[in-house]
Amino acid sequence: MSPHPPPIERPGRTKVRFDLRLMSEMIAPASRVLDIGSGDGTLIEYLFRTRGCDARGIEIDMAEVTRAVAHGLPVMHGDADTDLAHYPDGLFDYVVLSRTLQAVERPQEVLRQMLRIGTRGLVSFPNFGHWRVRWQLVRSGRMPMTPTWDRPWYETPNIHPCTIRDFFVLCAQEGYAVERWLAVDNEGQQAPWRRFPSLANLFGEQALFLLRRA
Amino acid sequence: MARPRVTNTQAEVARKVHAAYAAPIMDHLDIPSRDTHQSATFDGRFMLDCGVALPAVTVAYQTYGTLNAARSNAILACHALTGDQYVAEPHPGTGKPGWWSQVVGPGRPIDTDRFFVICANVLGGCMGSTGPRSPRDDTPDAPPWGTDFPPITIRDMVRAQRLLIDRLSISCLFAAVGGSMGGMQVLEWAATYPHQVFAAIPVATAAFHSAQNIAFHEVGRQAVFADPDWAGGEYWRHGTIPARGLAVARMAAHITYLSEQALTRKFGRRLQIPATGTTSLFGDMFEVESYLRHQGSTFVNRFDANSYLTITRAMDYFDLAADHGGDLAQAFRGTATRFCIVSFDSDWLFPTAQSRAIARALNRAGANVSFVEIASDKGHDAFLLDEPDFHRALSGFLSGCAEHAGL
Repeated sequence: MSPHPPPIERPGRTKVRFDLRLMSEMIAPASRVLDIGSGDGTLIEYLFRTRGCDARGIEIDMAEVTRAVAHGLPVMHGDADTDLAHYPDGLFDYVVLSRTLQAVERPQEVLRQMLRIGTRGLVSFPNFGHWRVRWQLVRSGRMPMTPTWDRPWYETPNIHPCTIRDFFVLCAQEGYAVERWLAVDNEGQQAPWRRFPSLANLFGEQALFLLRRA
Repeated sequence: MARPRVTNTQAEVARKVHAAYAAPIMDHLDIPSRDTHQSATFDGRFMLDCGVALPAVTVAYQTYGTLNAARSNAILACHALTGDQYVAEPHPGTGKPGWWSQVVGPGRPIDTDRFFVICANVLGGCMGSTGPRSPRDDTPDAPPWGTDFPPITIRDMVRAQRLLIDRLSISCLFAAVGGSMGGMQVLEWAATYPHQVFAAIPVATAAFHSAQNIAFHEVGRQAVFADPDWAGGEYWRHGTIPARGLAVARMAAHITYLSEQALTRKFGRRLQIPATGTTSLFGDMFEVESYLRHQGSTFVNRFDANSYLTITRAMDYFDLAADHGGDLAQAFRGTATRFCIVSFDSDWLFPTAQSRAIARALNRAGANVSFVEIASDKGHDAFLLDEPDFHRALSGFLSGCAEHAGL
């Protein structure tokens, strides 16, 4: 028996950790990174400390911005929909959009800006094609409520949900090369069959794409 | 921020406006005489943006904390329009606490146990640095410059500060920080001497002085001009000061430093009944009137009218983008300085939109920039007051920069 009590599980915290781990594995050390929707700056601090990156953040929630700046992190208040236009072409090696794509007003334009100001784009989003979402809609005929999609339709900030297949189609349409992609469950676990897009679209709860301008 | 393209640089405007301003020596006031301040004098011509060369300049300054062996922990604090170098100690004239004593000091957000803080009275000021109140041509027995003191710019102020930094053998400031006009100096430092500023913190400021702000300044200046005691700027000859005019200028300006919420919270519509008990149209007054009158009357005892004219003008000239081909991003192209822009949501004198414009220009320049708007109902003055979120952000930003600087 361990002399130390087990760490208290905080909801959502493990999700952040696996997100961080998976994303930082895709980012080369010492890169210049912009994290859009950087929250309290956890990812940029992680990238700075573990990968030696010049990581910066942009965040719309002022309380989070204040928290991040007070923590010594380079975060500015701004809106993904309007503020990316002010960065010069190719300033960053990677531009990260973590679980924010579904909440922006113009996802297509945000992706375009990301791949204008960055060499690569790293996008994660919750998969609306997951079997539980599909099943709930079929069974009840109402908007799905799952651990991932947990807000009623009339108050959700997630105004642009998409599936993994939708995202592949958009990338092809916009001419983005998908350098890497993966689908995981909410604990960050991958399974071999999830390498197949149609299965991943059914069983993956979260998706992560590394894009490059083709 | 959309505005017509401006082509007049600070220097051009300063040259164009060559109207004279004057200065007094009023030893009965709360303005200590020149000799009482710690200062450094730099002989040799000091060329101003307006094209006039001063034969020498004196920069009065205070320091706090200890400069480390590598001379790498210096922070320049830049004061605002009516501030001075006594940032963290009582004003020698009025005895009131330093204007940023809540921010600068041991264990404070700008921690003097860790950093060496320098604050210099601006060129054109009246607390020991060369200004309208100084003897003409820096010859000890000469009369004051008065209205003949040449117009100066924010960049002139910064050049004078740089002389001081060089004299202190500091090759690179760890940080430059300041609010309002102090923030203008911080921006000018970062634009003019980018390799000498590791971190820049412009607070509650703008990259150009807006038409509205120039207009408020002009109201203040006209109040001074209209005071017969101003005497064409040569009031020292008559042993007077334009107290009424300068007090009105301060009253008008003071309104712009506060927010409507702050005025309502502090005074509302409360009346202050005079002790005499007599009533007339202006016999009993609103508390807010009494407060403003107090602000005006205490100000005239500690500040020189001609300095006020000179410095308000310097702020009016300020337009950093115009000095860089009309594009603010050009002022910061290729900069390695780390920026932290701070605004306050109730500040209508230097509103957040102007800070955001700076942040966006820095984005265009590819700079490393933090930008935060602090929630406060205290208006422009918030940068001088107890604002925990601001102080946390300032302290955290400095700590983060210190880590990057290897301090």
